Amino acid sequence: MSFVTDYYNYWVVVFLMMAGFYVVIAANNLVKKVVGLGIFQTAVFMMYITIGKVKGGSAPIVAEGVESFSNPLPHVLILTAIVVGVATTAVALALIIRIKQAYGTIEENEFEDKEDLI
Amino acid sequence: MIDQHLAILPVVLPLVAAPLCFILPRHSLAWLVACATNFVSFAVALSLLLLTMEQGVVSYAVGGWSAPWGIEMRIDVASAIVLCAVSGISSLVLIYAKDSIAHEIAAEQCSLFYTAHLLCLTGLSGILITGDAFNLFVFLEISSLATYTLVSLGRDRRCLTAAFRYLIMGTIGATFILIGVGMLYMKTGTLNMMDLSERLALLDGNRTLNTGLAFILIGVSIKLALFPLHMWLPPAYTHAPSVVSAFLASTATKVAVYVMIRFIFTIFGASYVFEEMGMSIILLVLAIVAIFKCSFMATVQSNVKTVLAYSSVAQIGYMILGISLATSLGLMAGLLHIFNHALMKGALFMAVGCVALRTGSVDIKAFQGLGRKMPWTMAAFTIAGLSIIGVPLTAGFVSKWYLVTAALEQQHWLIAFFLLAGSLLAVVYIGRVLEAAYFQKAENDVSIQEAPLLMLIPMWLLVVANIYFGIDTSMTVGAAESAAQWLTTTNVTEAN
Repeated sequence: MSFVTDYYNYWVVVFLMMAGFYVVIAANNLVKKVVGLGIFQTAVFMMYITIGKVKGGSAPIVAEGVESFSNPLPHVLILTAIVVGVATTAVALALIIRIKQAYGTIEENEFEDKEDLI
Repeated sequence: MIDQHLAILPVVLPLVAAPLCFILPRHSLAWLVACATNFVSFAVALSLLLLTMEQGVVSYAVGGWSAPWGIEMRIDVASAIVLCAVSGISSLVLIYAKDSIAHEIAAEQCSLFYTAHLLCLTGLSGILITGDAFNLFVFLEISSLATYTLVSLGRDRRCLTAAFRYLIMGTIGATFILIGVGMLYMKTGTLNMMDLSERLALLDGNRTLNTGLAFILIGVSIKLALFPLHMWLPPAYTHAPSVVSAFLASTATKVAVYVMIRFIFTIFGASYVFEEMGMSIILLVLAIVAIFKCSFMATVQSNVKTVLAYSSVAQIGYMILGISLATSLGLMAGLLHIFNHALMKGALFMAVGCVALRTGSVDIKAFQGLGRKMPWTMAAFTIAGLSIIGVPLTAGFVSKWYLVTAALEQQHWLIAFFLLAGSLLAVVYIGRVLEAAYFQKAENDVSIQEAPLLMLIPMWLLVVANIYFGIDTSMTVGAAESAAQWLTTTNVTEAN
């Protein structure tokens, strides 16, 4: 039982990661694919934040009576990764708008029917 | 002052110039700024190569914070040689770009093209010079985001779907690398590559570590289009503007191969990856399948850009094969092929771009009779094609020679045979284009002009480089040799 409860965060991460990955692969709608990609990336962010947690540690701010701190570095790293994720989502959505203009649809099977990609 | 900050300049210069290109109103102005920046970057890369050949490693502490805590830029011979190839090809591609994109990209988007190009160069140079595993991910994403934009700039609407697929695959790959780096951080508490390699050597096998290695290798394999994960590459290269195909084919995947070398040899250590984890046999099999499957796919395509795209995947197989031999000689052959393949694929895609400019098509039918009408373009295509095949006196021969030698050094006769047999398929797919160009008559007899001089000059510079580095190998082989030695021996001393 402790194997489940001790690694609670990691189970959530793994579940979200797999769910997001599945949506990316299985979804037919391009916006849904981007949503899946977002979930997939968010799971990784959660993994990083989990790494940084120190049991009994407080937020990494110097204050009176606080002895141990959580590791701030993963938080900083993940801020960068979140920015990268936002930029990726923005580019993906911009591409979807252009695809909609060019093909009139954002369902993958529909524009694949219109022409073979390669 | 400049000397002191030389190591960071390859990233800073294009990064500063990119927004400048964005606000410049006229196409030619933006082109001038982009070209000038690129030439300076190339000069910096060359001086860095000389510096690293002399003193081994150039280390630069960003913001003055020293190495294991702060971010470190770390350039050794291997990164300098790839940096030279990337910035050199990028300069030539930019000269070539002016006339080509005026034809292929909408006029109001031209200065945006230069912005995206410079940002892509920023990311690629960043990957090459950084000494920090997390920074590598960030630079990878900078270059990838710029690449998706570049691919989507084509006239054909299929470029949009190709760019979207590339984005999905590329983001999954980059996120896998992020997971892997996270797992390394979990075990070691550091992100600096040298620090990582020292601490990983002490850990001696661990499940988190193995999982991290798996995530990183798969993520990088997506980025470099290793065989079963290459599906994004052919559509992206086919439908992107010709300039972009030439740039990406000769730089982006090469840098990803470099990332793989960096992770295997510098961070994890070759003996751990190849012997304990048995990655060498997996990579070897995938590389050989890539060479045959994708060379064969290239022989049956009718679009010449698709032919070259599949050929790229096959050539990446050659590079990975060199690396997976896990010897100093194999690594050196792989590095040499990175450099030489950049020269030949750049020239080939440029020649196809010239044909696209004059005939408006890149179908193999459009090449009929071009041997007479565009003699310079087709001559360039022929020589670069011979280089891909590996005919003596071209750069392609030199790298294939070393690959075969590296295979024979370990008594792998079968691998040497596969290497040579793969070249036969290259004869077929290059030969088909040449046959159409020289031995078939055009269906309709329209007069076609030779490509403009500004496109011919960079293309021919690459062709001349192909011949030059095929004859005088002292510079490329010397640099690749010392790079390979540097990568393999630093690893040995750390393992002890």
